[in-house]
Amino acid sequence: MDFGLSEDQREIQRTARELLSERARPERVREHAEARRFDEALWRELCELGWPGIAIDERYGGQGLGRVELSILCEELGRALAPVPLLASALASTMIEHGGSEEQRERLLPGLASGEALGTVGVARDGVAELVVAAPVAQLFVLIEDGSARVLGAEQTQVEPVDSIDSTRPAGRVRAPAGAGEALEGDVTGGVDRALVAIASELVGVCDRALEMTVAYVKERKQFGVPVGSYQAVSHRCAQMLLDTEKARCSAAFAAWAADADPERLGEAAAMAKAAASDAGVEVTASAIQAHGGIGFTWEADVHWLYKRAHIDAALFGGAKAQRARLAKLLAS
Amino acid sequence: MDLTFNERETAFRQELRGWLAANPPDPEPEQGGEDAHYAWRRDWQRRLYEAGWAAPHWPAEYGGRDATLTESAIYFEEMGRARVPLPANILGLLLGGPTLMVWGSGAQKERYLAPILSAEEIWCQGFSEPDAGSDLASLKTRAVRDGDEWVVTGQKVWTSGAQYSKWCMLVARTDPDVPKHKGLTYFLMDMEQDAVQVRPLRQITGEAEFNELFIEQARIPEENVVGGVGNGWKVALTTLMNERAGLGFALQVRMRQLLDDTIAIAARRGLLDDPLYADALADLHMRCEQVRLLAWKGLTDVERYGQPGPEGSLVKWLWSETNQRLTQLAAEIVGPEALSAGTSWSYELLRARGNTIEGGTTEVLKNIVAERVLGLPRLKAA
Repeated sequence: MDFGLSEDQREIQRTARELLSERARPERVREHAEARRFDEALWRELCELGWPGIAIDERYGGQGLGRVELSILCEELGRALAPVPLLASALASTMIEHGGSEEQRERLLPGLASGEALGTVGVARDGVAELVVAAPVAQLFVLIEDGSARVLGAEQTQVEPVDSIDSTRPAGRVRAPAGAGEALEGDVTGGVDRALVAIASELVGVCDRALEMTVAYVKERKQFGVPVGSYQAVSHRCAQMLLDTEKARCSAAFAAWAADADPERLGEAAAMAKAAASDAGVEVTASAIQAHGGIGFTWEADVHWLYKRAHIDAALFGGAKAQRARLAKLLAS
Repeated sequence: MDLTFNERETAFRQELRGWLAANPPDPEPEQGGEDAHYAWRRDWQRRLYEAGWAAPHWPAEYGGRDATLTESAIYFEEMGRARVPLPANILGLLLGGPTLMVWGSGAQKERYLAPILSAEEIWCQGFSEPDAGSDLASLKTRAVRDGDEWVVTGQKVWTSGAQYSKWCMLVARTDPDVPKHKGLTYFLMDMEQDAVQVRPLRQITGEAEFNELFIEQARIPEENVVGGVGNGWKVALTTLMNERAGLGFALQVRMRQLLDDTIAIAARRGLLDDPLYADALADLHMRCEQVRLLAWKGLTDVERYGQPGPEGSLVKWLWSETNQRLTQLAAEIVGPEALSAGTSWSYELLRARGNTIEGGTTEVLKNIVAERVLGLPRLKAA
């Protein structure tokens, strides 16, 4: 049994972290968040590196690596709060790769793998999906409703830009008339499960960053003549942030591994990963704001971006309670 | 990443599982109280010993199986899974023996290891004192040299199995004039002397799992010093580090079984269709899985990379809180039986309150995480 990453996987992690710490510095993230637009230059660079296609099979123009590798990238993107549509597009390609027919995969995946086409996924009710990340810039839409999924082009949907609380990524309301688009008739559940794992991994990165910023801050910030981090009320909060993060991390790692190596356990593992990461994402980033004190409540401090990203990711494909409800059904069966 | 067991580990598990199925312990005695219960566990250890299963984690030269950390964890998982009792001399097997293997002299290993394994001589642990709990190094029990003996006076608490023990791993202060961590020495004290009085400590479950030790001028020969005079803190740390390894795997399997039993009862009563119960049970299911994953991650990281991650301190914290939540929810689901004295449900409910205290309180664990894992400034203490 080995929870460690392989040498190649560590290399992907190292490269991603270095690149993003350079290209997605906090001031650059802020600049794009305040302007509410993607970082086009960074997105092009990531496309050239093949990131959007990392987990897509080589037959369809991807790199043919596994869900563990995609999770590594998602975690790093979350840590950096990178203002790029990679997660959304990876969710779309995941749905098509697992839920689509061979013909759909051959036709749709190469564009998503290269980044030429930008995809996203929405969970719809009565043909309307709310707060769909990257919707205003996407060309390909996967809409999931009542357990079935369909794929639509931009011309088959109406997209209305919506300002979400997370301005590092544009969002929109997507409407599609009943019957429009093509049905995905493959393993839609397997696609959704893998999508849950990718989102959970991004949340783990968000938690990790929130904890890192908080620990650095409470070591520096002095009140009553000592660093506030020496007070147990503060340090125990930080310890709790670590526990929540590690609970989410081990759950997401298990689910990513199961997706590739033990698909029978994927359903349970994915629900667990998304539930743990959604709760941790919101709790850990909220704690980060609290531990930063007054400064944490200001627009100037960067912790609020993490809290906002965490809320949007936590809600994607159903939050912690929805996932636990699904888990409970699995336990009952 | 590979979350499967290799062939050797799987074979180890299968062999043990097969042995346990073919050689179950006698039924738990219903009469005779704690003495009968203890005798039952002692007999069980003898059977394990005869089959070579008393301490697979011990080196083969001392009667073990050279089991790896992973195999040792599998051992405890399987013991938990088979719902068999732990060997009577668990403290000797897990703590005393391994401590002697690191710090003991050749003569000490020769003398003490074999009777630990066979349950011929039971060991107990004399560390905590009424005024030295989390702050162990402040302990006051004194040992004064008298010729080639040491004379010990003081009081110890939380010594489980003391009434059945031959040897006590005793940490005492041999030099009061140096900083508190430096003046300690680790002894093996013979419990069979009048100067050592054992008084059972009745706990909130009503039983007496632990004892108080009153030591009034007990005598310990010089050759029973372990690891050298003044080196007691380091030797004690070796003992404490072994405390959390292994056993935790049996405890988490036990927790898993309790959860499965609770889910089964909830299902029979139709409570799984109630979203509040369903949510709470799903949450506990996740926590149990996370304890399992974090425990395995911590252990295999040490095994493969020689480096423990942050998991070590987190697992015990998460397990103890989860077991408390679980037993409380179980009390709600099971109903009156769980609140009636003498049932296993009420026992688990009450016993779980000790989980966040024993072997490092949750508060101390949080300090350890904050200081050693996160590198936060150390709390200033007197």
